[in-house]
Amino acid sequence: MIPPSATAHAGPRVTRPPGALVIEIEDVTKLYKMGAETIHALRGVTLKIHRNEYLAIMGPSGSGKSTLMNMLGCLDTPTAGRYEFNRKNVATMLDDELADIRNREIGFVFQTFNLLPRSDALHNVELPLIYAGLGKAGRIEKAQRALVNVGLGERMGHKPNELSGGQRQRVAIARALVNDPSIILADEPTGNLDSKTGEEIMALFEQLYAQGNTIIVVTHEEDIARHARRIVRLRDGLIESDRAVE
Amino acid sequence: MLFGEIFRLAFASLTANKLRSSLTVLGIAVGVFSVIGVMTLINGMRSSIETGLNVLGANSFQITKFPPINFSDPWTRFRNRRDINSPQAERFKELMGDAAKVNLQINRNGLTVNVRERKTNPNVRLWGTDENYVTAFNFDVALGRNLGAEDVEHGRPVCLLGDEVVQKVFPDEDALGKLIRIGGQNYTVVGVLASKGTAFGGSPDNIVLTPITRFLAVYGRSWRSIGLNVQAPSQAELAETQERAIGMMRLVRGLAPEDANDFEVFSNESLIEAFNNIADIVAAGALIISAIALLASGVGVMNIMLVSVTERTKEIGIRKSIGAKKINILMQFLAEAVALSLIGGLVGVAFGVGGGNLVAFLMNTEITFPWLWTGIGLGVCGGIGVVFGLYPAWKAASLDPIEALRYE
Ligand SMILES: Nc1ncnc2c1ncn2[C@@H]1O[C@H](COP(=O)(O)OP(=O)(O)OP(=O)(O)O)[C@@H](O)[C@H]1O
Ligand SMILES: [Mg+2]
Repeated sequence: MIPPSATAHAGPRVTRPPGALVIEIEDVTKLYKMGAETIHALRGVTLKIHRNEYLAIMGPSGSGKSTLMNMLGCLDTPTAGRYEFNRKNVATMLDDELADIRNREIGFVFQTFNLLPRSDALHNVELPLIYAGLGKAGRIEKAQRALVNVGLGERMGHKPNELSGGQRQRVAIARALVNDPSIILADEPTGNLDSKTGEEIMALFEQLYAQGNTIIVVTHEEDIARHARRIVRLRDGLIESDRAVE
Repeated sequence: MLFGEIFRLAFASLTANKLRSSLTVLGIAVGVFSVIGVMTLINGMRSSIETGLNVLGANSFQITKFPPINFSDPWTRFRNRRDINSPQAERFKELMGDAAKVNLQINRNGLTVNVRERKTNPNVRLWGTDENYVTAFNFDVALGRNLGAEDVEHGRPVCLLGDEVVQKVFPDEDALGKLIRIGGQNYTVVGVLASKGTAFGGSPDNIVLTPITRFLAVYGRSWRSIGLNVQAPSQAELAETQERAIGMMRLVRGLAPEDANDFEVFSNESLIEAFNNIADIVAAGALIISAIALLASGVGVMNIMLVSVTERTKEIGIRKSIGAKKINILMQFLAEAVALSLIGGLVGVAFGVGGGNLVAFLMNTEITFPWLWTGIGLGVCGGIGVVFGLYPAWKAASLDPIEALRYE
């Protein structure tokens, strides 16, 4: 593992020292069987991620970024290889334990937002708290605060189709953050946004990183990746390079 | 996740698909409706039959040509019986003598009573009867006098009015001694019956009594069979009196020892029993129909829930991706299925109770609310929701999060 460099961009860019090991995958492969054909989405990926890291995963289309990300987010399981989250083997965990990790430890931000279309912004953000078992009053308060934090205090009653793309992504980020996860996983969070809105979203991640979150972002844009402190490049399901950002 | 939360969610998603939900609800409602409707009606009939028969008194029985309730025997068995005509009835009464009070009765319904410009609705029952009617049906004579033996003997055009008829045609004058007209015939009012004031619909008081001889003179003797009400002196002597009455009746009818009775003898208890037998059969039929309808609508619930799960695969993926456990998804869809069938059940109960009581009302029986069957109906509906909702809910809960998220 290459520790993130302390040297960085001009400006108020801070790099926090890495904390405890939180994600460790070893020789992970993922196969998709499509009839007679077998697709190797991941061919043996080994990676360690510590708390307080800000990591970008890059690579050409089809290189396995999303596959890897879904696995890290405990949404998908590897065909072979070992995945330890917080030093606990994910393969041995029950469905409900995985649900718990998704609920409390990880905030996932999707490229396509994945908001419930019939629910307003507030209810979408409230959702993880419902599954966390929080009472109504506490939920509303936390969800409102999360929406205010992403600058959507005025849009709480809007449904996704009444919001712009950037606003939807902010709702999705608020939802990812509402339950105070320690790790934020974002799969092309700016992929569907124009570059200005994309920069705004990245500024939000910068802020979250500064506040002590661990952030992993998938992107194929160099500009976006430069926000991270460490870049892992994938090609054909293998890690091509893994280095700190200059 | 709290219970209220789950049901709020279920209703939200049911209202999102109003037409589809209502059609499924309708299926359940029909199933519940049929059983609740029939049970309501039967309950109403049973309680009014019981109250009605209690009026007859525990120590009386009836002799008629036809059985009052028949379900088991072919009609042809009774059709060829001879009518109980006036001479036979008179003879029977004479033969019974002091052993029992015999009341001859024959009636015609749907008549209008006219007094000058006033008239009743065409729903008055005119009884051709005798002096024993009043005691047989437990009436009191409020004003004037009862029918007498001479009235019957001479076929006098006199009458007693039921309270409801009095209210209609003599609202604020004394009825005694006045003339009324029924079907072009004049009758002089000699007495007024006290109101029984029971049940609604007013049937016990909506009557006019006239001597049976007069009745037969006006409406003809042929094609009429007279009913005989026999009151034993006490309940202890009921069986003995009944034996005797059957013997006398056979004598009057001129039956040979090997002939079967060509008349029916029945008491309150046998009537209630006969009614209960029929009610049980009807209830069983309604239950079977309901069971089939509910089974079919249960399949409908399952079908709709499977469609709903497929349609909302993405939503399930989203929920799982942010931490919904299996049980959360399972409960969400199960609650939806249960809510669907319970709403159907409630609609069915509402229409069943309403419809059953409407028919009961039209039949002048009592209005009732079948608590037991409502409870059973709703319980069964809840059960249907659980049983037929379980597989779709399980299917939803078992979806792989990432597969579900990818679903378009
Ligand atoms: N559900 C699936 N079934 C079959 N093949 C799949 C499935 N998901 C991904 N793949 C294949 O696995 C490989 C990696 O896909 P993945 O989505 O991880 O790529 P990616 O790096 O995220 O690409 P992009 O930048 O276009 O999002 C691709 O070849 C893809 O076709
Ligand atoms: Mg991808």
